[in-house]
Amino acid sequence: MDRRHRILIAKPGLDGHDRGAKVVARGLAEAGYEVIYTGLHQTAEQIVEAAIQEDVDAVGLSILSGAHMTYFPKVLRLLRERGAGDVMVFGGGIIPREDAERLKKMGVAEVFGPGTPISEIIAFLKERLG
Amino acid sequence: MYEPSDKASWLREVYSRRPLREDVTFTTISGREVDPLYTPEDLPGFDYQAELGYPGRYPFTRGIHPTMYRGRLWTMRQFAGYGTAEDTNRRYKFLLERGQTGLSVAFDMPTIMGRDSDDPLSEGEVGRCGVAIDSLLDMEILFDGIPLKDITTSMTINGPAAVLLAFYLCVGEKQGASWRELGGTIQNDILKEYIAQKSWIFPPRPSMRVITDIMAFCSREVPRWNTISISGYHIREAGSTAVQELAFTLADGFAYVEAGIAAGMDVDEFAPRLSFFFNAHMDFFEEIAKFRAARRLWARYMREKYGAKDPRSWTMRFHTQTAGCSLTAQQPENNIVRTAIEALAAVLGGTQSLHTNSMDETLALPTEKAVKIALRTQQVIAYESGVTNVIDPLGGSYYVEYLTRRMEEEAEEYFRRIEELGGVLAAIEQGFFQREIADAAYRYQKELEEGRRVVVGVNRFRDPDEALEIEILRIDPEVERRQVERLARLRAGRSRTEVERRLEELKEGARGDSNLMPLIINCARAYCTEGEIIGALKEVFGTYREPIVF
Repeated sequence: MDRRHRILIAKPGLDGHDRGAKVVARGLAEAGYEVIYTGLHQTAEQIVEAAIQEDVDAVGLSILSGAHMTYFPKVLRLLRERGAGDVMVFGGGIIPREDAERLKKMGVAEVFGPGTPISEIIAFLKERLG
Repeated sequence: MYEPSDKASWLREVYSRRPLREDVTFTTISGREVDPLYTPEDLPGFDYQAELGYPGRYPFTRGIHPTMYRGRLWTMRQFAGYGTAEDTNRRYKFLLERGQTGLSVAFDMPTIMGRDSDDPLSEGEVGRCGVAIDSLLDMEILFDGIPLKDITTSMTINGPAAVLLAFYLCVGEKQGASWRELGGTIQNDILKEYIAQKSWIFPPRPSMRVITDIMAFCSREVPRWNTISISGYHIREAGSTAVQELAFTLADGFAYVEAGIAAGMDVDEFAPRLSFFFNAHMDFFEEIAKFRAARRLWARYMREKYGAKDPRSWTMRFHTQTAGCSLTAQQPENNIVRTAIEALAAVLGGTQSLHTNSMDETLALPTEKAVKIALRTQQVIAYESGVTNVIDPLGGSYYVEYLTRRMEEEAEEYFRRIEELGGVLAAIEQGFFQREIADAAYRYQKELEEGRRVVVGVNRFRDPDEALEIEILRIDPEVERRQVERLARLRAGRSRTEVERRLEELKEGARGDSNLMPLIINCARAYCTEGEIIGALKEVFGTYREPIVF
C-alpha cells in the first residue's frame, strides 16, 4: 500500500472490557496499520469526531455490554451526517448472530465474534481497503 | 534395564531418549515451562509444619477451616441480574428454589458507573448486562419476598459501592432486620478497576477514602459485612497470567490494609472482613497451586508484616468464578465441560463460594436452562465426585507443592517491583499493571494464532458448518423505557427539599473528613437516586481518565 491505512479502534459507552480492543489494536499495528485507540467511555459523537479528525479509513467498535444495537447505528448515522459515510465501520464483542445480521444490513461491514483470529480481521481489512 | 538414581539421570538417560509429541508446547496456560515429572528433589528442605500445617491453622495452605467441606460445603452463588428489578427478582427466586444458597447481584453498566437510567450515556445500556438500579425503590423491588436476614448477598459493585450498600441496608431495615443481622459482600475493590476492569468513577486517592469510610462504618455497624472483595478475577479476564493475578490481587489487598491502618484503625478491626475473589482458569494444577499460595502468602504477610493478632485476619476467605474468557462462542456446549474442570480446580483449591459460568455467555446473558446446568455442575461435584471427603487432597503432590512454592516466590518478586515503583497507586498511575496485563494478553493471542496453544472448536477440531442451535436470552427493548418512566415518577413524587438538603450535607461531609456512609444512607432514605448521590461526590472528588496503554 502507498499510504498506510488508518484504523480507529473505539470503545463506546460505559463498557470497560477492553482486552479485545487492545489486542486487536496491537495486532493491526504490528501488521502495518496506523492504529488510533480512543480509550474507554466514548460517546458516538466523540468517536465520529475522532474518526474525522484522524482521517481514518475504518472504525472498529468493540462492545461487550449489550449496547451494540444503539451504538453501531448511531455511529453510522453520525458519520453520514458529517459527510464521512465512506468510512468503513466494523466491530466485535458479545453480539448475538441475529443482531450481527441486522447490523450488517444497516451498513456495518463486518461483525467479528469471540474467538476470531486477528489474521482473519487483517485479511478482511486487506480485502476491503486494498 | 537402567535404573535412574535421581531426576537428572532419569531425564538424561530415559526421558530424553524417547520421542515426544511435537504439535504442542508443554507449558501452562500462563506460559510457564513445566518439567515432565516432579520428585522430592524439587522440594528441597520441605517442611510440612511450616509450609502446610493443618487445615484451619497457620499458614492455612491446606484450607481455612479445620473440617473444610465435611463441615460445610462451599456456597453455590450464581451471579445474576438483567432487565428491571422485577425480572431479576424472578430469576433469584428461580435459583433459590433450585438449591442455590446465596445471591449475587449483577448490575447493568449505568448502575456500575454511578449513572441513572435517564442519563444520556446510559442509552442502550439499561438492564442489558445486569439489573438496572436507580434508587432505593428499585432495590426494594429487587429483594421483594426474599428475607435478607436469612440469606447472604454479594454485590458486584465498586465505584458506587457505598451507595448500593446504603440501599441494601435500608431494604433490610424496612423488612425489620437489624444491620447487625445482615450478611453479604460488596466488591468495592477500586484498585483492580484501574488495573483491569475499568469501571472507576473518582480518581484513585478519593476512592480510597470512600473505601476506608466503608471499612470503619461496617466494623461498627454491620459486622457481618465483607467490606471489600479483593478481586483477581477481572485481572485474569483482562489477560494476565496466574502469577500476575495472584501477585496483583494480594498487592491490592496489602494496599487496603495499609490504607486502613493509615486511617487510624487497628488492623484486627477491619482485616477479618476483607475477602477475596479469584478466577478458576483451565490449567488445572496451576490454579490449585495459586489458591494454596494465596492463602499462605496472605497469612504470612498479615501476621509477620502487618502485625495482625486475630487469626481471622490471617485467613484468606475467597469466592471463585470459572473463567469467562475460557469460554468459546464456537460449539458452546463444550463450555459445560470447561466450566466443570475449572470448578473442580476451585473446589480442590479450597474455595468458600463458587459461581460456575453458563455455556452461552459468550453470546448473551445466560438463559434459565444454561444457568441450571451450571448450578447442577457444582452439585455434581459436591455430591457425587467424592472430592469433598478429604481436605486438600492434592497436598503433598510433588508437582502441586513445587508450583505452590514457585508461585509464592514469583508473587513476592512482583511485590518488590511494585514497591520500587512507589506502591500500588503509583504503579497504577504509571500504567505498570495495565502494560503487564496487555503484554500477557497479547502473548496468549499470538500463541493461539500460531496454533501453539489449542482451543478445541476454535483453532482445532472445528465444525466447518457449525450452526448455532442454542437458545439465547433476549432483553426486552421496553426495559429501558419502563425504567426511565419509573425514575421520572420517583423524581416527581418525592420531597425536593429533602433530597437537596441531604445531597448538600453529603457534599459538605465529602469536603471535610466525616464518614460518608451515614450521609449516603440519609440520601438513600430520601430516595435520592444513585446518579444524584454519585454526582454530588463527583463535584467534590472529580473524575479520572486513565493513561492509554495497548
